[in-house]
Amino acid sequence: MLNQSLSKKRKGFAVLMKALMLLSAGLTAALVLFLLLYVLGKGVPGITWELLSTNPSYLTERIGILPDILNTVYIVLATLVIVLPLGVGAAIYLTEYASNKKVVGVIEYAAETLSGIPSIIYGLVGMLLFSNSMGTCLMAGALTLVIMNLPTIMRTTQESLKTVPQSYREGAFGLGAGKWRVVRTVVLPGCVDGVITGCILSVGRILGESAALLFTAGFAHAVNGIIDGLAAPGATLTVALYVYAKEQGEFGVAFAIAAILMVLTVVINFAATLVQKYFAKRRSL
Amino acid sequence: MSIISAKDLCLWYGDHQALKNINIELSDRNITALIGPSGCGKSTFLKTLNRMNDLIPGVKITGDIRYEGTDIFSNEVDVNQLRKEIGMVFQKPNPFPMSIYDNVAYGPRTHGITNRVKLDEIVEQALRDAAIWDEVKDRLKKNALGMSGGQQQRLCIARALAVQPKILLMDEPTSALDPISTSRIEELVMELKEKYTIIMVTHNMQQAVRVSDDTAFFLLGELVEFGKTDDIFSQPGDPRTEDYITGRFG
Repeated sequence: MLNQSLSKKRKGFAVLMKALMLLSAGLTAALVLFLLLYVLGKGVPGITWELLSTNPSYLTERIGILPDILNTVYIVLATLVIVLPLGVGAAIYLTEYASNKKVVGVIEYAAETLSGIPSIIYGLVGMLLFSNSMGTCLMAGALTLVIMNLPTIMRTTQESLKTVPQSYREGAFGLGAGKWRVVRTVVLPGCVDGVITGCILSVGRILGESAALLFTAGFAHAVNGIIDGLAAPGATLTVALYVYAKEQGEFGVAFAIAAILMVLTVVINFAATLVQKYFAKRRSL
Repeated sequence: MSIISAKDLCLWYGDHQALKNINIELSDRNITALIGPSGCGKSTFLKTLNRMNDLIPGVKITGDIRYEGTDIFSNEVDVNQLRKEIGMVFQKPNPFPMSIYDNVAYGPRTHGITNRVKLDEIVEQALRDAAIWDEVKDRLKKNALGMSGGQQQRLCIARALAVQPKILLMDEPTSALDPISTSRIEELVMELKEKYTIIMVTHNMQQAVRVSDDTAFFLLGELVEFGKTDDIFSQPGDPRTEDYITGRFG
């Protein structure tokens, strides 16, 4: 029964497993830390005011990423403006109106699958759908990103709609409110947090996207206003990073951009957490 | 005079029949208590009166319900208007996550009142009728979710009164409340009887006796007995009623 040697063996095994798991956890943390420090260490010294505030010129051999920064901002704005009403609208329809649960299930599953597709496929489709008709431009890139981010916005909004208590809806219906009034006054305000979280996640995804944009948005580095900018081809920060590193061998610039993107990503994740905490607190009031 | 009447009312949730041939006439300016064990159909019956069951998929209803002579299931009836006239207070207080003022103003605004002075008047009157005005008059702009459970329930009553309904349906309005809040709501209900017809589901026999004029006893989807509360509790006509009110099952 109480076999001493067996239990010793088991103990040894347990200790070994624990050590192995500690090792994997340590290795993971070390890799992330190394990547962070490596990129920041190589990139931060390269970030100068001149780099941030000028456009590149072949005449003076100056390199500036202002156009890439602006292009990134434009493409983020354009994508959000289009994807928000679509995604939120779809989520509201599926959660509040759709009565055929089977269809809803199929659409949810499709959205889930859509968000796992490699982004280069979106790029390929975007190129055929948008760039071929409207030319290679930021808008074509934005529309491609709309398709990519639609599932994200839809799903986060839906999840948040499901947390709006049914009793609110009943209360409003009980007072004689119609469907749309219930949605607008009681349901929508309750899912603002989901919409904001979805937005932040999407911004993160847009910032980090390159494959889909290589096909659709082009590589130009010209400083434009938002309207002209969207109609013209242009590189976002990630695309610029690729171009500078791969085609021009400017690794200093590439790492500077990488450092900027890294910091932005951290800020965005932090913001998402803050928003969720804020709304969780407000809800538990 | 009867304000609402049901004739051969049957209701199914999918395959399950929750109401069986209900025939009843409820009088105006009166408090009717609906009693019976859990799952007997009393809440279902209540929610059929303002068509809240429409919200549940798979509900099938036969027979009819007339409110002031009109068939409430008829195509000409605007269900939003019906729910304005037949208000509802739920088992758990469910104020909206808005200010106290906005909660009460929600109904009137829904039905098109936007004039600030008029709204102020309605809100004050509703809160006074719900006996909560003195407690909240200095914090109308505060979030309603910060109130106690009992206050929230009286706020919900005020919210229901603000659209000037004729009938108030109450689904176990005190079951989530402490004894003091419960007795305040009971007093309130008895005062409201002057202006409104009240139909109340309750699990509490004493409450039914204290508050109601008429009592309807439901069992397994059937209306077993309906009559004056005094009669039902002193000399029930059906042995099942007697068994229930004396606590032999439930």
